[in-house]
Amino acid sequence: MSATAATNQPVTPAPSRKRHLTERARAERRLGWSLVAPAGIVMIAVSIYPIVYAFVLSLQRADLRFPAANKFIGLDNYKTVLTSPLWWQDVWHTVVLTVIPVSLELVIGMALALIMHRVIFGRGPVRAIALIPYGIVTVVAAYSWRYAWEADSGWIPHLLGLKSDPLTSTFGSYLAIIVSEVWKTTPFMALLLLGGLALVPDELHEAAKVDGATAWQRFWRITIPLMKPAILVALLFRTLDAFRIFDTVYIFNQGAHGTETVSILAYNQLLNRLNLGLGSAVSVLIFLMVALIAFLFIKGFGAAAAPGGGER
Amino acid sequence: MKRSPREITGWSAAIAIVVIASLIPIVWIISLSFKDPSTIADGSFLPTKWTWTNYSGIFKQSLFTDALRNSIGIALIATLISVVLACFAAYAIARLDFPGKRLILVFALAIAMFPPISIVGPLYNMWRNIGLYDTWPGLIIPYMTFALPLAIFTLSAFFREIPWELEQAAQVDGATPFQAFFKVIAPLAAPGVFTTAILVFLFCWNDFVFAVSLTSTSKAETVPAAIASFPGASQFTAPIGSIAAAAVVVTIPIIIIVLLFQRRIVAGLTAGAVKG
Repeated sequence: MSATAATNQPVTPAPSRKRHLTERARAERRLGWSLVAPAGIVMIAVSIYPIVYAFVLSLQRADLRFPAANKFIGLDNYKTVLTSPLWWQDVWHTVVLTVIPVSLELVIGMALALIMHRVIFGRGPVRAIALIPYGIVTVVAAYSWRYAWEADSGWIPHLLGLKSDPLTSTFGSYLAIIVSEVWKTTPFMALLLLGGLALVPDELHEAAKVDGATAWQRFWRITIPLMKPAILVALLFRTLDAFRIFDTVYIFNQGAHGTETVSILAYNQLLNRLNLGLGSAVSVLIFLMVALIAFLFIKGFGAAAAPGGGER
Repeated sequence: MKRSPREITGWSAAIAIVVIASLIPIVWIISLSFKDPSTIADGSFLPTKWTWTNYSGIFKQSLFTDALRNSIGIALIATLISVVLACFAAYAIARLDFPGKRLILVFALAIAMFPPISIVGPLYNMWRNIGLYDTWPGLIIPYMTFALPLAIFTLSAFFREIPWELEQAAQVDGATPFQAFFKVIAPLAAPGVFTTAILVFLFCWNDFVFAVSLTSTSKAETVPAAIASFPGASQFTAPIGSIAAAAVVVTIPIIIIVLLFQRRIVAGLTAGAVKG
């Protein structure tokens, strides 16, 4: 039994270890693989296989309304998508609906994280209430905000004394969608930042205070640099999540008034027009853009982590 | 430490802003759900004429009650299976030494970043061909895929914190391996498993993309998809009251979960993010 205890410690593999694996180590490998296998298989079967299938579909003329006309057409679907002004407009809408909400969330989320971290009374209740938007179903949040903005039912036009319906204009629609997104996802951002905030040692703040640093200086010179990894993780997750925005736009106006995003476009091609070929080309392009964003962020991590050290 | 009155006023203001900003949309949708149909368009923040008819109305429609049953069933089953599979994987990742361990984590991270819309088309076509379209498993399977990375990250962060030596200690003291696991390790692991289950459940309960694409009837349609297809009294009037009431019904359990388990949710999300 004492041999098991050894495996608890992070074992540093000796160079010769590979050559003669003990029976025990081999059994451990087998157990490890068989425990990971079920989860691994589910994840591969429902992500890798469909994305490969999407790629295959995207090379075909595959329209469910005209199944007889199916045939291999190479990259024609991509040519159609990439030369269509609609696609580029939708990419632009998506970028706007990613960059503005995520920037706002970072600022508000940081403030919220600081409040949740430092609050001097009522910490439990404050944290719990601040978390509620995170738990709310996105569709519900979108409906609540939509009805709040709509001219004939909403309290916002009523309060501001607006005559026209703000949701019939492009600006009004964007404003309302952004407010709804920021409300719903800021707590998640704040939670990720809170995790980073907890890693900033209090002693550093105390020391800086003794040396006469103001709260503002301490925030910019101590908190922010130490939180850089947490901020990058939070930004990465929220950016990727915001880029696939679907629910809120769908509920507000299904992409009317110039708010159609790439996800809405893919949905319409696939499930309304039943054009699997063209829709899959859009899906694959979305996948590639998300992968590119992730790649750029992760390169950014490398650069940010390098001077600080810290493996995590 | 003594707090100056200025500090207390400042914090009170900050707390008030957080509370009001977090709760306004909730109070608003509850208020809408209690408004009498004749006053629903009056634009006042609180109902001027209260009524229960929106609630009694939706519970009389099978469209809503079926969707509620589907939502609860699908989310619970997907949560249960994902958490069990993730427990196996996270145990292996936290405790065993085997090649390919990092690969699993990197792969899970990649899935967590995956855009669901990219596989909606292929899944729609596959599910129609093999008869999973508009069924419970047709939603449970994609939910599991996207819940697993979250569950594996959160659980392996929790499992790394467990003092596993206690298992040997108990065995030295004469417990059987079975007893050592269930009497010593299981109680230590339970809070992490429970927290993960909450996070996964919230994820499944929230989904809209898959629900609206892979279901079409009350057989498997979940509440978010059903709400979006509520029929209005006429083509030009949205069923605001019914939508608001249905929204409140799916929101109440979430608010209760969040208020009761706030500490666990914070611990779960920060553990997964920081250590992952």
